[in-house]
Amino acid sequence: MTMFSSRNWREYQHRYRLEASKFKKSGKTYFPKRTVDPETGDTEQEIVKLPDEGKIVTYTVIRVAPSKFADMAPYALAIAELTDGTRLMAQVTDCDVEQVKIGMDVRVEFRRIQDEGHHGVLSYGYKFVPKWF
Amino acid sequence: MRDVCIVGVGMSKWGEVWRKSMRELHTDAALAAIKNAGVDHLDGLYVGCMSGGLFVGQEHLGAILSDYMGMRGLPAMRVESACASGGMAVRAAYIDVASGMSDIVMASGVEKMTDVSGDDATYALATAADQEYEVFHGATFPGLYAMMAHAHMAKYGTTREMLSMVAVKNHRNGARNPSAQYPFEITAEGVAKSVLIADPLHILDCSPITDGAAAVIVTTVDVAKKLGKPYIKITGSAVGTDTIALAQREDMTTIKAATIATQKALKAADKKIDDVNFAEVHDCFTIAEIVVAESIGKYEPGKAGQAILACDTSLEGRFPMNPSGGLKSKGHPVGATGVAQVVEVYKQLTGQAENGRQIPNNPKVGMTQNMGGSGASSVVHIMEVA
Repeated sequence: MTMFSSRNWREYQHRYRLEASKFKKSGKTYFPKRTVDPETGDTEQEIVKLPDEGKIVTYTVIRVAPSKFADMAPYALAIAELTDGTRLMAQVTDCDVEQVKIGMDVRVEFRRIQDEGHHGVLSYGYKFVPKWF
Repeated sequence: MRDVCIVGVGMSKWGEVWRKSMRELHTDAALAAIKNAGVDHLDGLYVGCMSGGLFVGQEHLGAILSDYMGMRGLPAMRVESACASGGMAVRAAYIDVASGMSDIVMASGVEKMTDVSGDDATYALATAADQEYEVFHGATFPGLYAMMAHAHMAKYGTTREMLSMVAVKNHRNGARNPSAQYPFEITAEGVAKSVLIADPLHILDCSPITDGAAAVIVTTVDVAKKLGKPYIKITGSAVGTDTIALAQREDMTTIKAATIATQKALKAADKKIDDVNFAEVHDCFTIAEIVVAESIGKYEPGKAGQAILACDTSLEGRFPMNPSGGLKSKGHPVGATGVAQVVEVYKQLTGQAENGRQIPNNPKVGMTQNMGGSGASSVVHIMEVA
């Protein structure tokens, strides 16, 4: 699908800056940002930046990939729980897919995610990198 | 609220049905259901379809499908909740009849999935996941369920063999279902040796891409009695929802939307889960059947895999699951699946399941559990013999 530039731009706050909503009443952080705390209904919040370290809580290795990601396959995709308890999904890179495990310590790094080629938009965002470096 | 029942069912051919368009598939199922019920008119149509727009470039399905089934002018609308669209259509018809607004309503489902390439089908299906925070990063549906599988294996020790036996059991049932897309048996060894799609899920852990339609006639007890055809009652209908993104779930080893829907539907039917004799559940992947069997409260968390190995959920077991062959063997035309689950419960409760697929000892209470995406929506129906 064509990634219109406004749609891509709108996500910079999350993909480039890891901005999240921290609600006043519950103290809970949600990524991406949202208007209402789903637990308390609270709308008072501050924008915080997510921590950039966490642990893999589950993962898979995508062997049959969508065409946009075909040249990356096989690639590891994981959900990591960051040090503040928030969770997010991203690819795990800079290691062999066979090395990815539940419990692995990772850092969140800024990487290129996908591109459209032929003058299309390059989409950047975050990936997980093993913390052994 | 009036009592609601199902008095006739119909299915089109399921599989890679190159000769038939979406409107023809739907018409086949609709006319079969009308004939089966013996009704001479309908008061409304609810059609479940996940993505006519992406699969065949066709929306506005209420109008086109009612016209092509020979009922121009019929009040008709399309219902969407990803892969749970069919179950939601049944629920919409249930509400219409229960409320007293309509007396004879069709709930149908259709998906025409093989007119597009595998890549386009993957894209269309992935719209049921979180586009910006899952699909953007390269997630696929097998990938999302694979992550649930790894989490379940790590937490409860669920094994490769348990996953494989879900597929083996469902193919054993599906081999006896004349409507099944893949009506043949497979072995656990065959599942484990089939090609890896998203670790730990192999191709034989996955339900297929299918063209197909299904329809049921939903009506009142009075109308059903007058028609003189076998009918069953819908005694519970409920929906639950959860976060669309897997990462945001409280617990990735359970499907809360299915728990919510089951508890509400059981309460409406004044039943406990152990009063239910069998279930048609949403086994889009083998791990899904294990997680759902626990989420509906039939098995303790982490215990469903053992139950499947012990044949507890086989046709002759204490709680048969997916006597139809499930999505795995019967096929998964996403919008039609939830309706076809109700078709199977109707057949089982009226003693009409074909080819030795009938659950023994006259089951009295059956349930369907249909879900969308990685479990962000789920719809459950409890049905009983009249």
